[in-house]
Amino acid sequence: MKLTLQQVLAIVQKDLMVEMRARDLLVLMLTFAVLSLVIFYLALDLWGPVVQRVGPGLLWMTITFAAMLGMGRTFVREYERGTLAGLLLAPIDRGALFISKLLANLIFLFIMEAVTLPMFALLFDLPVLNPAVMLATLLGTLGLAILGTMFSAMAAHSRAREALLPLLLLPTTVPIIIGAVQATSNAISGVADGPPWIGLLIAFDVIFLTLSYLLFEHAIEG
Amino acid sequence: MADPGTDDVDTAVEVQGITKRYGAQAALDQVDLCLGCNERLAVLGPNGAGKTTLIAVLATLVRPSAGTLRVMGFDSADAPNEVRRRIGVVAHQTYLYEELSARENLLFYGRLYGMPDLEARVEMLLKLVDIYPRRHEQIANLSRGMQQRVALARALVHDPDVLLLDEPDTGLDQAHLDLLASLVQGRAIPARTVILTTHNLDRALELCGRVAVLAQGRLVYQAASAALDRAALRDAYHRLAGAAP
Repeated sequence: MKLTLQQVLAIVQKDLMVEMRARDLLVLMLTFAVLSLVIFYLALDLWGPVVQRVGPGLLWMTITFAAMLGMGRTFVREYERGTLAGLLLAPIDRGALFISKLLANLIFLFIMEAVTLPMFALLFDLPVLNPAVMLATLLGTLGLAILGTMFSAMAAHSRAREALLPLLLLPTTVPIIIGAVQATSNAISGVADGPPWIGLLIAFDVIFLTLSYLLFEHAIEG
Repeated sequence: MADPGTDDVDTAVEVQGITKRYGAQAALDQVDLCLGCNERLAVLGPNGAGKTTLIAVLATLVRPSAGTLRVMGFDSADAPNEVRRRIGVVAHQTYLYEELSARENLLFYGRLYGMPDLEARVEMLLKLVDIYPRRHEQIANLSRGMQQRVALARALVHDPDVLLLDEPDTGLDQAHLDLLASLVQGRAIPARTVILTTHNLDRALELCGRVAVLAQGRLVYQAASAALDRAALRDAYHRLAGAAP
């Protein structure tokens, strides 16, 4: 158990160090997210109650596509540089390898959201920096990261790896995105009743996390 | 039978009927191999003979379609992580992160294996492969030969019982070919079991106690190096593999 924890921390630390020096993944995600929000702001001319209805959808569209860009590189980068085999040679439980990559992805996504959310609040004048929106963002991001990490591993072995990830990820993230948009919308408008979107997000996160943890070995070993 | 992983184990690598198929094509076909502890085997063969696939299967990177593999008594199907813990691999790719320094790469891989006294071991290995003065430079700034030396150190960082070397001389100059020889022969470090693939007959005879020829996925020839000279090996290779090395 101690070794597994040490292995997980080593991989997360390594991923952060590599990203700090390469600066390709975070820059890509941040640039995309910022540009998307600016384009939505300039092109859609949203105001009043319309912003409250459409805003959460725009926010999650931005987060989802930016996340897809970044997470697509998680295993592709390891595969293309030949370091994936080095990881697979190590006596590390494949589930622990999945958790390592998931944690690294979550850190990158939270950094991206730390810029995106305040900018969204500023441009669209919506109170997204409150605990209820943060909870919806946390759970939605976790779901995206789980599926993104899993499918990034599956796509890495494919020749059409760049195109395959969106094809795999978009249909499966539908419940996560719907849940996150609705939970964010409720949190912004202060609606307390209605369907339990947070509960739905938690349920899907648990299901996807369990399945991915168990199936990751088959995904990563091709 | 000795307990797996203990000093009582005398067979380091035991391969039985290993087959690897890609569609209808067999990259490896019913390969049997048995190596005692500290034994050194050179595997020769023309391009496409299956040498790299054999190393990948032995390294547990590729699952065989059939057959069994045991390393230091551990079955690769039942205890893959015990097998991985006991093998070190140098392949065509270095498995090194370009953005990290040589030292950072070795520390990272050492942590994955839970090595005690890692800092001291990494320092020793960096000196051993003659990269110590440039240990803080990013891998991307090192020449291919230097990267290959770091890859050798990476393969040794967890002190494996078995070394799998797939054409490990890539990019090495003469001085560091001598270093490679001293590593393989157990002069620079304690002796261990080595399986090495090469196209160089002289190097195979010089470094290893046994040589084998792989052709079209089959192990078609095995002999002790002491019983061979270059001409005899070349003749056997040409006859069985159907190509000049």
